[in-house]
Amino acid sequence: MIQLRLETRQHTPAWLRLALPLFAILATLVVCGGLVTLAGASVLEAYSKLLLSAVSSKFNFVETLVKAAPIAFTGLAVAVAFRAKFWNIGAEGQLLAGAMAAAFIGGRGALPGWSLVPLMLFSGMAAGAAWALIPAWLKTRYKVDDVVTTLLLNFIMFYLMMALVDGPWKDPLSGYPDSPDIRMDAEFPILLGGTRLHLGVVLAFVAAPLIWFLMRRTTAGFNIRAVGESATAARYAGINIPVVIVGTAALSGALAGLAGVGEVGGIHFQVMAGLSPGYGYTGIVIATLALLNPLGVLPAAFFFAVIITGAEAMSRATGVPVFLADVFQGVALISMLIAILFTQYRVRLRR
Amino acid sequence: MPGERGPILAMRGMSKRFGSVQANADVDLVLRPGDILGLLGENGAGKTTLMNMLFGTYTPDSGEIEIDGRPVAISNSADALASGVGMVHQHFHLVPRLTVLENLMIGRPGSGGRLDRRGARGKLAQIADRFGLTLDPDTLVSALAIGEQQRLEIIKALFRDARILILDEPTAVLTPQEADALFDALRAMAGDGLGIIFISHKLYEVKAITNRAMIMRRGKVTATIDDIGAVSERQLGELMCGHEIRPPEKPASEPGEALLTLREISTEPGAAGEGVPLRAVSLEVRAGEVLGIAGVSGNGQLEVAEIIAGVRTSASGELTVAGQVVVYPNPRAIQDLRVGRIPEDRLGTGLISSLPMSDSMVLPRIHQAPFSRFGVIDRKRTREFVEHQVERFDIKCAATDVRTGTLSGGNLQKVLLARELAFDPLVVLAAQPTRGLDVGAAQFVHERFLEVRQAGGAILLISEDLEELFLLSDRIAVMYEGRIMDTLPIEEATVQKVGLLMAGAETAA
Amino acid sequence: MSEILGEILQVGFFAAILRIATPLILATIGEMFSERGGVLNLGIEGIMLLGSMTGFTAAYYSGSLWLGILAAMAVGALMALLMGLLTVTLGLSQHVSGIGTTLLCTGLAFFFYRLIFGQPSLPPNVEGFQVAPIPLLAEIPLIGPLLFNQFTLVYLALLLVPAAAFLLNHTSWGLSLRAVGENPRAADGAGVSVAKMRYQGLMLSGMLMGAAGAYLSMAQFNAFTFGVISGRGWVCIALVVFGQWSPWKCLAGALLFGFVDALQLRLQASGVIEIPYQFFLMLPFVLTIVAMALVSRSAIPPAALLVPFRKEER
Repeated sequence: MIQLRLETRQHTPAWLRLALPLFAILATLVVCGGLVTLAGASVLEAYSKLLLSAVSSKFNFVETLVKAAPIAFTGLAVAVAFRAKFWNIGAEGQLLAGAMAAAFIGGRGALPGWSLVPLMLFSGMAAGAAWALIPAWLKTRYKVDDVVTTLLLNFIMFYLMMALVDGPWKDPLSGYPDSPDIRMDAEFPILLGGTRLHLGVVLAFVAAPLIWFLMRRTTAGFNIRAVGESATAARYAGINIPVVIVGTAALSGALAGLAGVGEVGGIHFQVMAGLSPGYGYTGIVIATLALLNPLGVLPAAFFFAVIITGAEAMSRATGVPVFLADVFQGVALISMLIAILFTQYRVRLRR
Repeated sequence: MPGERGPILAMRGMSKRFGSVQANADVDLVLRPGDILGLLGENGAGKTTLMNMLFGTYTPDSGEIEIDGRPVAISNSADALASGVGMVHQHFHLVPRLTVLENLMIGRPGSGGRLDRRGARGKLAQIADRFGLTLDPDTLVSALAIGEQQRLEIIKALFRDARILILDEPTAVLTPQEADALFDALRAMAGDGLGIIFISHKLYEVKAITNRAMIMRRGKVTATIDDIGAVSERQLGELMCGHEIRPPEKPASEPGEALLTLREISTEPGAAGEGVPLRAVSLEVRAGEVLGIAGVSGNGQLEVAEIIAGVRTSASGELTVAGQVVVYPNPRAIQDLRVGRIPEDRLGTGLISSLPMSDSMVLPRIHQAPFSRFGVIDRKRTREFVEHQVERFDIKCAATDVRTGTLSGGNLQKVLLARELAFDPLVVLAAQPTRGLDVGAAQFVHERFLEVRQAGGAILLISEDLEELFLLSDRIAVMYEGRIMDTLPIEEATVQKVGLLMAGAETAA
Repeated sequence: MSEILGEILQVGFFAAILRIATPLILATIGEMFSERGGVLNLGIEGIMLLGSMTGFTAAYYSGSLWLGILAAMAVGALMALLMGLLTVTLGLSQHVSGIGTTLLCTGLAFFFYRLIFGQPSLPPNVEGFQVAPIPLLAEIPLIGPLLFNQFTLVYLALLLVPAAAFLLNHTSWGLSLRAVGENPRAADGAGVSVAKMRYQGLMLSGMLMGAAGAYLSMAQFNAFTFGVISGRGWVCIALVVFGQWSPWKCLAGALLFGFVDALQLRLQASGVIEIPYQFFLMLPFVLTIVAMALVSRSAIPPAALLVPFRKEER
């Protein structure tokens, strides 16, 4: 009889860390191919739109980069938080908090023009961090489960934002529930004429290696990992667990907040209902696909930006519902979770 | 009488391999009704693996099992129970938040799906009558003492009509007197026609309770003894280890000044089932001395260790290290006062299973030079330190960045020892330092402790292994329900005296 | 003030509490079963949404509401099976598996709704469940209209609570499930299959979550919208903690939430208090967090919750 056995690996080879996400994506493409067929479209045609429209022109490529920026930030936010086993499912709310802070600062007439962008960045980070501190505080002080609180806080922040844009911030000119536009000199500088390639995109590219350095090369990162892997051992070794949890939450929230600042400063120049189509949740998928490695977040974010932008082109051309992108994220997350097993175990066939 | 009837159990050609380790190789075992069979061997000799195959926890690679002369296929514990095999594990398999009665009824089919509480009560009373094993059915398991929990484990097996009873190191958690009571119950069961397999590495116990013995080494049966009375403890020991046992030399040592002092330490009672509060515990460990702490598990030893390690706060009392009062005890302050700590749960509390071994090795000191500067880790110095320790303690690992949890028990303890002894500690706090280690690894640990003692360090050794305590200690303190009952110089301490104190007797007369 | 009280203290208001609480009771009891077995089913939000969509679609095309409920339960069980594969068989992180399941279910619900119904200007609807007064009992003043003049599903949800309590505390199945959630090794040693129990707990939870979602699109709103669940699933996770994993206390939590939700609806409609309506929508979520903060320190979850069980550990 042939037996299938799982054996513990002492080591995870580096090539495996690169190969597994690719396998997960391949598996996702196969599964979603079934749905495309179900929708009556040709898999080849649909997938060529889904995967290639992002690189079909320079403009589309830049647009994909622009799309990747917020989800790179939420991906980083989740990657940092999950390392400490702080289950921050609240990047969505923290993103909105950052966006609202940026929109508030960006609309202040009394501030000097040169100070607006730095102040928006700073206040957005602070707002995101503050919103993430609520669940961290509830977790460390009252042992309230962080998954539930971060999720519920997403809804609270959304309603808070809607109350503002539907009330005091309502644009008197349009009458729509949108906030007034931020000042011209608060808009993020554009790096490539005729496109929307703004400062936030560059910040995401800078943030990823910085966070990588923090996590891999500093004692702060060491402590975050230690607390995440074994709180008991970390405590015994003298690491102050509440401080690490609260610090991690603040960092994670600040990163998610930056995602919101970028969307306001570089894309929409205001806040409104559709500001984030679930970027916070996409961050979870991206961080998992990157194996929580901050450097891996960048390619993962780019890939999902390709999927999100490509889904619309695919939908227009083939009639496959645009929500294939959502299914894709779910399947990718689950496939990757399964793939991660192989970093810890190897499968052996035995007779 | 044993031997007159056919065997109740026969295991033939049992083999099991884990990765590269042959845990059992072609093992045979025969058990007759009324037998109490001693299964002897060092840690890792394969005793538990063999029994786990009998109980269906592991699937054998090859081999066959016959019960009452009929071949049986046991692929899980349900099969084992149905075949009349019951097992009392070393780590109890009880649900603390359920009552005694509910624990007995788990997995037992009820009538029409409904729980048959009345029937269960009746059966419990029957068992009490037959074997003198009593417990209140409505008590929560979390409220039972360790000895009572073990009784429940035995009752559980009898409740499922076990005729073959396996006990894995059953006396490890008992006082010597409680162990005697257990032996009486076991004899009653054997007299009733049950077959009992008694796993142990304590030779005197095997001599005392069994009528036959089987000795295993490196997964193989090395000897079967059909009359236990015909061999001496010494012979058993040599058969078990394969060589003559030489305990480490304990040179004479003149104790110096007190390096670790606990004065009247008391703690608040924790939540139910969370050990006991300490009641005015006073201890003193001097330079060049090993102070042993004896006690049945759960009588405050863990709490004392946590106080000294700085992870538990006391309600009153004072902790002094090398003449310095520790005002706000915390792990870092304690470490800075040069206290090395070997916690009881080495993989859960001391090291981090999922991180690289090199990370586990520097875990408590990463924030200091030479391992980091201004919060940035010095990778070169860290690597040099780890490599040096691996060489110094001969730690067997494929690379320094293997997952900590993949190391063997002995190597894990070496990592912990290397880490805690690297910076010349004044005081070493060690809890159950050799639990689960094979003889060689245990000896290594003991030798390191004696080196520290020779160098003028103070060692606080908390252990449930009386043999180990008597071997290393200069004085033995005994704990019972959060108090120090007495502290005896090693010359005056006997197993009998320590046992009485462990059971709460006021004086060891 | 008296104006507000007048708004509130009507039989209709209390009947509304029950109607609002019904899906929460179903899903909370479901989640409780899963957690008592040791698995946190964070797929709840997505399973409810997919159940809502599936139930609605099945009812829309078959014309049978009960067939819709059955379809929703079936799809819920199917998704719970996926959760079981991930968390029980493969032993993966329950947190991330649950989020993954929710994302997947959400995507599937949107995808298939769009595929089946396209983008109509007017969302399709069904003739939802009608109240089914119980003869005689419904005539009792006060209590009658409150308790006995409801949807059949409301009665079923209320009956589910004692049934769940009985199942959990007085049957060997319930004892096995509790043992598996507290100490799987002990249960395994007593001959209970840990995986089987956990799968069963999960499937039961999935079916109830599916039914809860279907109730929303077939009794409460009579149509499917993308925001039909909008956080109700997450609230149920909190309610299980609030209810300390006991069916009766879970019921109390669901009723409390129903009360707050019914209250905010009334206040919104009455216009007595003039604040943006979004604050009313926020209120139940805020109170849920506060309630969790109050009970979390004393609430003791099943000891093996979140811990995967691997049998041959070496």
